[in-house]
Amino acid sequence: MALSREQMAQRIARELQDGYYVNLGIGIPTLVANYVPEGVEVMLQSENGLLGMGAFPTEAELDPDMINAGKQTVTARTGASIFDSAESFAMIRGGHVDLTVLGAFEVDVQGNIASWMIPGKLVKGMGGAMDLVAGAENIIVVMTHASKNGESKLLPRCSLPLTGAGCIKRVLTDLAYLEIENGAFVLRERAPGVSVEEIRSKTAGELVVPDEVPEMTF
Amino acid sequence: MAGFDKRVSTYAEALDGLQDGMTVLAGGFGLCGIPENLIAEIRRRGTRGLTVVSNNCGVDGFGLGVLLEDRQIRKMIASYVGENALFEKQLLDGDLEVELTPQGTLAEKLRAGGAGIPAFFTATGYGTPVAEGKEVREFDGRHYILEHAISGDFAIVKGWKADHYGNVVYRHTAQNFNPLAAAAGRITVVEVEEIVEPGELEPSQIHTPGIYVDRIICGTFEKRIEKRTLRG
Repeated sequence: MALSREQMAQRIARELQDGYYVNLGIGIPTLVANYVPEGVEVMLQSENGLLGMGAFPTEAELDPDMINAGKQTVTARTGASIFDSAESFAMIRGGHVDLTVLGAFEVDVQGNIASWMIPGKLVKGMGGAMDLVAGAENIIVVMTHASKNGESKLLPRCSLPLTGAGCIKRVLTDLAYLEIENGAFVLRERAPGVSVEEIRSKTAGELVVPDEVPEMTF
Repeated sequence: MAGFDKRVSTYAEALDGLQDGMTVLAGGFGLCGIPENLIAEIRRRGTRGLTVVSNNCGVDGFGLGVLLEDRQIRKMIASYVGENALFEKQLLDGDLEVELTPQGTLAEKLRAGGAGIPAFFTATGYGTPVAEGKEVREFDGRHYILEHAISGDFAIVKGWKADHYGNVVYRHTAQNFNPLAAAAGRITVVEVEEIVEPGELEPSQIHTPGIYVDRIICGTFEKRIEKRTLRG
């Protein structure tokens, strides 16, 4: 069975460590905040200028001056700080954020990522994604393994315009957890009940399969 | 306006001197912390052919979106512009030019513009369409692209409180691009919710020191919420 959105978020949450500063992109990455392990404290960075993002507000807490990078109303947790956009991206570009989780259209064996532009469709913009992938050491890309038409998103070379070059080392899909090493995807974990053969058939880029590929458990 | 008293009493006075073809830097992120009354005043004045630098371009009927209605914007420099049907139409019709810029690069371009730094190298955008035509340099084995600073004829800024010296504090995440725009404008106009007595603002807590500010006006704000999201 392919992982659900919630299971993907749950799997990524296992990478969180106590004391981490973490930037979560829009979509599945946002759900990671719901699965922070017991005993682990993290600070969520929102690139519009908030470090220490809290829960969504109650009706009474609702404040138009408190939003996250997805423009949703939020609260600030205890220990939070708020600053301008240059400061926010200084901490991103300066490599101070411990983990960045974001979505993508395509990733390739060189660690290139395409996530913002489909030629022929209207381009809305890259927002902060190019800064995040260029600035972070530790990035996990979350996406489905293949498109709705069954085309692989793990490629020998990205076909879409890039968001960043050579910056991705880890990918979680609905079928597998993979690392990018020496110009290949290395299969590290399988979704429960998903065979190596299925993953191989849906991975267009070179795939290295170690002797042991454990199944994820939930 | 005299000496260090930067208060003006009308929005017409606040934007005196704004002319066709100028570059306007606008603070705000989405609809949060936008100078909504100064934008409305630009609409009223009918100034055309503007280059507007702002992270986003408002929504249909609010924020910078209202300047699209009479086609007052010629060029938009922004990081994300997806929230706006009129924007899409004018872009596809070729009536509007857009320069998409990574959000951190946009912030740093404004910071540099205000700080007298003409250009800077950044890793952001290397190997992507953003790097096309830009100088590339290698430092310690990593590639960086040259990005130029941005400054503007006018900066329009939304603050929370100010004193008549032009010292400004922002409220919560309504800070965003506002202090950066404020520093990079040749004429910087700040609209605030409250003008307080001199001495009320703690000097060490000022976000934008008055040296960057030319005009201050007190307004009332709708503060429209773009994505109202409540806890379960």
